[in-house]
Order: sequence, then C-alpha cells, then structure tokens
Amino acid sequence: MEPEKDNQQKSRRTFVEQGLKYGLLTVASGALLAKVFGKSESLDSEKTIEVMSTDGTLMQVPASAVEHAHEKESAYNPREGFPNRKFVMVVDLAKCRNAKKCQSSCNKNHYITGENAWIKIYKMQDSEKSAPYWQPTLCQHCDEPACVKVCPVDATFKRRDGIVLIDNNRCIGCRFCMAACPYSVRVFNWSDPWQGDTVEQSEYTPDYAGVPSQKGTVDKCDFCPHMIDKGELPHCVSACPNDVFSFGDMYEDTVTNGSGQSFKLSKLLKDRAGYRLMESLGTEPSVYYLPPSDRIVDFEEGLQNYTEFQSVDKPQVP
Amino acid sequence: MNTAYEKMINDLAPKKFSWKGNVWVAFLVLIILTGIYSYVQQLKYGLVITGMRDYALWGIYISNFVFFVAVSLVGSLITAILRLSDVHWSTPLTRIAEIIAVAAIIMAGIAIIIDMGRPDRVLNLFVHGRLQSPIIWDVIVISTYLVLSILFLYFPLLPDFTILSKYFDKNARLTKWYRMLSLNWTGNEKQTKIYSRSIKVLSVLIIPVAFAIHTVTAWLFETTYRPGWDSTNFGPYFVAGAFVAGSSAVIVVMYVLRKTYNLENYITDHHFNLMGKILVMLSLLYLYFNINEYLMPVYKSTEEEATHLRSLFTGEYAWLFWVVIIGGLVLPVIVMLFRSGRKPLPLFIVSLAVMVCAWWKRYLIVIPTLSHPFLPIEGVPETWRHYSPTWMEWAITAATLASALLIITLLVRFLPIIPIHETVEERGLLADQSVNKSL
Repeated sequence: MEPEKDNQQKSRRTFVEQGLKYGLLTVASGALLAKVFGKSESLDSEKTIEVMSTDGTLMQVPASAVEHAHEKESAYNPREGFPNRKFVMVVDLAKCRNAKKCQSSCNKNHYITGENAWIKIYKMQDSEKSAPYWQPTLCQHCDEPACVKVCPVDATFKRRDGIVLIDNNRCIGCRFCMAACPYSVRVFNWSDPWQGDTVEQSEYTPDYAGVPSQKGTVDKCDFCPHMIDKGELPHCVSACPNDVFSFGDMYEDTVTNGSGQSFKLSKLLKDRAGYRLMESLGTEPSVYYLPPSDRIVDFEEGLQNYTEFQSVDKPQVP
Repeated sequence: MNTAYEKMINDLAPKKFSWKGNVWVAFLVLIILTGIYSYVQQLKYGLVITGMRDYALWGIYISNFVFFVAVSLVGSLITAILRLSDVHWSTPLTRIAEIIAVAAIIMAGIAIIIDMGRPDRVLNLFVHGRLQSPIIWDVIVISTYLVLSILFLYFPLLPDFTILSKYFDKNARLTKWYRMLSLNWTGNEKQTKIYSRSIKVLSVLIIPVAFAIHTVTAWLFETTYRPGWDSTNFGPYFVAGAFVAGSSAVIVVMYVLRKTYNLENYITDHHFNLMGKILVMLSLLYLYFNINEYLMPVYKSTEEEATHLRSLFTGEYAWLFWVVIIGGLVLPVIVMLFRSGRKPLPLFIVSLAVMVCAWWKRYLIVIPTLSHPFLPIEGVPETWRHYSPTWMEWAITAATLASALLIITLLVRFLPIIPIHETVEERGLLADQSVNKSL
C-alpha cells in the first residue's frame, strides 16, 4: 500500500504545481490570449456548443462561453495540447461487427488517399479454442510512446493532454518511429498523396493530421484534436453504428460514445475488466479495450465486410 | 642512394591506369550513373519507387548501410589494434585497410541519406537533434569515425608525399599536390616525434569509436520491441560480424592490387596466410555469436520468436539463410583451416564468398523481422506483406557499392598502396643516416 500512497501524494503535488504554473502563465500572457482568441470568437460567436457535465449529461452552451473558459486556462499550443485534459478512448470489442464505418469515416475526413488506413480492424483470435473477434486498432497514444522516444528530430511528440502527434513539417522520413511502434499504427506517404487542391492548399497544423499529408513523411491517427476543439467526438467514434468507441477525459473520469451516452470511465473499466494492448511492453496506452464477452453482435456477420488485403472506401482521386 | 631503395620507390609510386584500369573506372561510372538516374526518380516520385511499404518499412538501403558500417570497422582492426600490439607484418596492409575504411564510412553516410523520405531536411538532425534518439548517436559516432579515419589515412602519408614529390618530375601537376599535401615534411626529429605521437593517439582513439559505430548501429534495431531485433546480444554480434566483413574485404582488395601492380615482393603469400588465420578466428567468433543469437530463442520458442525463426530456418528466407550461414561462414572456416586454403587464390575466392554473404547477412537481419509485427498484417494490399526490392532500388544500392569501389580505385591511383616510408624503415633499407636526412 505504501508506494501507492506515495504516488498519490506525488501526483497531487504535481497537480498543485501545475495549477500554479498555469495560473501564472495566464496572468502573464493575458494580452496575447485576447489576441489569439479574439479571432476565433468572431467565427463561432453565433453557434452553440454541446458540452458534457461531469455526470455525463449533455448541454447546449453558447460557443463564446466555452471560449471564455479556455481563455482563463492557458494559450493553446499544438505541441502542448489542451490544458488540464487527458484524453482516453475505450473500445468495446463486444459490440464490434466489422462494419468498418470508423475506417471509412476516418479515411474520408483525413483525406487518406493511399492504401494505408490509419484505423484497421483486425480479425483476432487469441488461441485456437477461443472465439475470434474484431479489433479496431488505432494509435494507442501511449504515455510512454516508443515512437517519440526514438525520433531523432522531435517531429513526433507527446502532449500534456495525452495525444501523440507528428509535425509533418519537421519529419525527415527515417521511419524509425514506425519500426519502434509495436502496434503498427504508423503509415508512410510513399508517394505524393494527391489530395486535391482544397486540402493541399490548407494551412498545415499538426493537430489536423492529413490536411495536407506530405510526401516522404509519417502519418497516423491524431485522436482528432480538431474535433475536440469544436467540442465534438473524433470521427471514428461518431461514425460507428454500434457504439464500439467511447472517447473522453481521464481527469473527468467520463467517456462518451457515438450515441451521446456517457459512462464513468473507472467504473466501466472495472465492471467490464478493461485492458490495454501489450501491457507488458510498458508503453502505457491511452486506449482501453473491453473484452469481447457477452457479445451483442455475431462475429460471422463481420466476415462479409472482411477483405484481408484492402482498406475500404478510398476516396476517388479527382 | 642505394638501389634497393630506388627500386622500392619505383615499385610503389602510384601509376597511371592501364587500359584495364580505365575500363574498370568506366564500368563503375556507368553503374553510378544508373543509380543517380534512379535516385532522381526517387526524389521526384518519393520512396514509392522502392519495394518498401508500411510493414517492410526498411529495405536494402538500410541493410546496405549496415554493411558499409561493418566494412569500415576493419580500418581500426588492421591499423590500430595490430599497430598497438606491435605487430609488424601487417604494415603493408595498413594503407589498404584505411582506404577501405574511409570509402566505406563515406558511403555509409550517403546510404542513410538515400533512405530518408525527406533528404531535403537532413539539417534538421542538427537543428532539432534529440540526444535521446539512437539515430543522433549514430550521426555523432559516424562523423567522428569519418574524421578519425581520414586523419588515420593521412598522417602516415605525410612522409610518403615528400618521397613522391621528389620522385616525380619537378614540374608535374601531381608533384605540386604531393608537395602541398606533405605539409613540408622533412623527417627531422621534431616532426618525427609529433608524427609518431599523433599516430599512437589516433590508434588509441579510433578503437572505441570503431566499436561505437557498429554497436550504435546494432542499437538502432535493438531499441525496438520487435522479435529478431530485441536481443541483448546485438552489439557484440554486430561488431564480430563487422570484423569478418572487413577482413574479407581487405583480402579481396589486396589480392586484386597485388595482381594488378605486381606487388608480390610486398604482399607475400605469408600475408595471405596470416590474414587467413585472422579471418578464421573472427569467423569462429562470429559463429559463436550467431549460435547465441539464434539457438537460445529457439530453445524458448516464444510464439513471436518462433514465427520469426521459422521463416529463417524453414520458411520464406530459409534458402538465403542457409547459404549465408554455411556458404559464408561454416565452409570458409573449414577451407581456411587448411594451409593450402590460405594460399592467395583460394583465400581470395573464399573471402569473396564471405563478403557477398556478409552483405546478404545484413539483409537477413533487417528484412525478415519487419514482416512479423505483433499485430496481423491486414487491411493493406497483399503485396505489402512481402518485400522485394525494385530494379531502381537495386540500381541505387549498386551505385553506392560502385561509388565505394570508385573511391578506393581513385585513392589507389594517387596514393602509394604500400606505405613507402614505413616499409623503408622496417626493412632497414636506409640504415645510412645521411640518406635518411636527404629525404
């Protein structure tokens, strides 16, 4: 028990320290913030935004109010992430029937033109006599990311909010991160992505991966910070017809699925015996899996969608 | 001056290429041009022109890089380790070994840039370099080794340059170069003192750096979780393999040079005999590390290791694996254990086999591991499961090998292949001090 207590104290201390740091930062950079958020406010002031309270109910709030709350916390920096957040995902394997909507939505919204989807649904079977199941696999956004560790130029980085991103303007294309990742989630732009003029001319930011993609650099699932920023769920989460995915904030201890149902994260993981992929490697993923027991879908059903060697719904190159 | 000395300079001074030499250079240039054409295509269209894809994410560019790093280690073995242990028979081979080391380490640097998706951003390694990344360690040790190797080639050349500038026609353009490069070497006491001291310091410095370049290269693989790379044996295993590859390269080059320039008086059968013995010892050492590397995982046969090893022993790569192990390691050792197997021609053939197998050995280290990731390979085109290099990839790789040979050839054209000054001293040809001063 002792070490655990110690840990708790330590994390509380860091929490307090961080709080102080952010407080100071806010005071110091107030003027700058007004400038940064002044711009986005003019865009969003007419809209309302759906926000989730700690007990999981959703409410409509004017966008300006949300912006205001952010403003008090800290400046947004793509390398630092959203302050005081820690994003997690839960994937319920009992619900997946390989509908592949997550994949097609991800491909479409990130303008993936290659053969390499960022989210893959594997046909898994742990041992000969146990039942097969479908396993959607995306970047695990590890807390001890093997990819970030080996990057020679700090192109791929871990943010405070738990998200692992890639700065495609800096990546040298050595592919060491791809070799290091045990989950095989990273893909490479072997040729020019040809995403069409609109995408190719968009202003690049690491928090909207794929817009645009760059030849000779690495891409992967970005946990959709561009959606989080709008107060929406990542594309795969909302596209899933079976509510396989839930996404949320570990500090709030809440995750929400595509239908808008919210769950207490700690309770969900306890009740359903959640686990993470390859825990033994010590990578500390941010994606939890719920075992495929008491399934509400038939495994066989997914077989009709199963194409071993093809990623789905490639958008047509104009 | 005594005639033995003059004859020696006559024998050892660089000579113009014969027609064979010119054809050889033209041949190399042709290969390099094909490679440059392919590389331009790669720059234009991206790495899509290679056989690499998301799973086989590294290919022959990387295994070729590992091969170059391996070969370059021999410079430290022949010149530094043997020199420090006061072994003199190897003196005529030191220049050859150092020339090979310099050529190989230059090409190692270029090979790794060829593999990069964004070679235009190579400077990011210096601007944004992270010391935590094994790639940065590699950048540091390889550039250090390059500088040390060039110095190690250059310092013993200083007296030779003076000798050559006196030997050749006073007004020839080459003479001027030799005079300039000799840095006014006269052989006086002060110069000799600095000279022998610097060489001693370099000999000591280059050994840890040489071990570092290949150990760090091993760590590029070892720092990942992948079965087949996740091995604590990798550092020494790579270093041992590097000495095998490098020594066989020295034997091959010394055989060819001896034949071309009639150097039988300097590179004798005795040298082949001893190099053969060294290669046997190194091969046995490498075999020992191979046993550690392959047999211990077989004993345990965890699922992931077993899948990987099955592909090597009986599966997709079995043919290549056994040719490399038996043809490139076991058979050569058996042949070289016989005295007649260490005669120049048999040893040349054996070394050539060892060297070719050493190249393919790196292929077997890099590629099979990548085709067995932890999660299944699904949702990508079937061709992505297997790696087969494209012709352009081969052309580029062949061009790097040809460039290394071209560097060696050009250095051989302009530098004395056998260190003149050191050989003179060792043979005591200039016991007469007055002649020594006249140098």
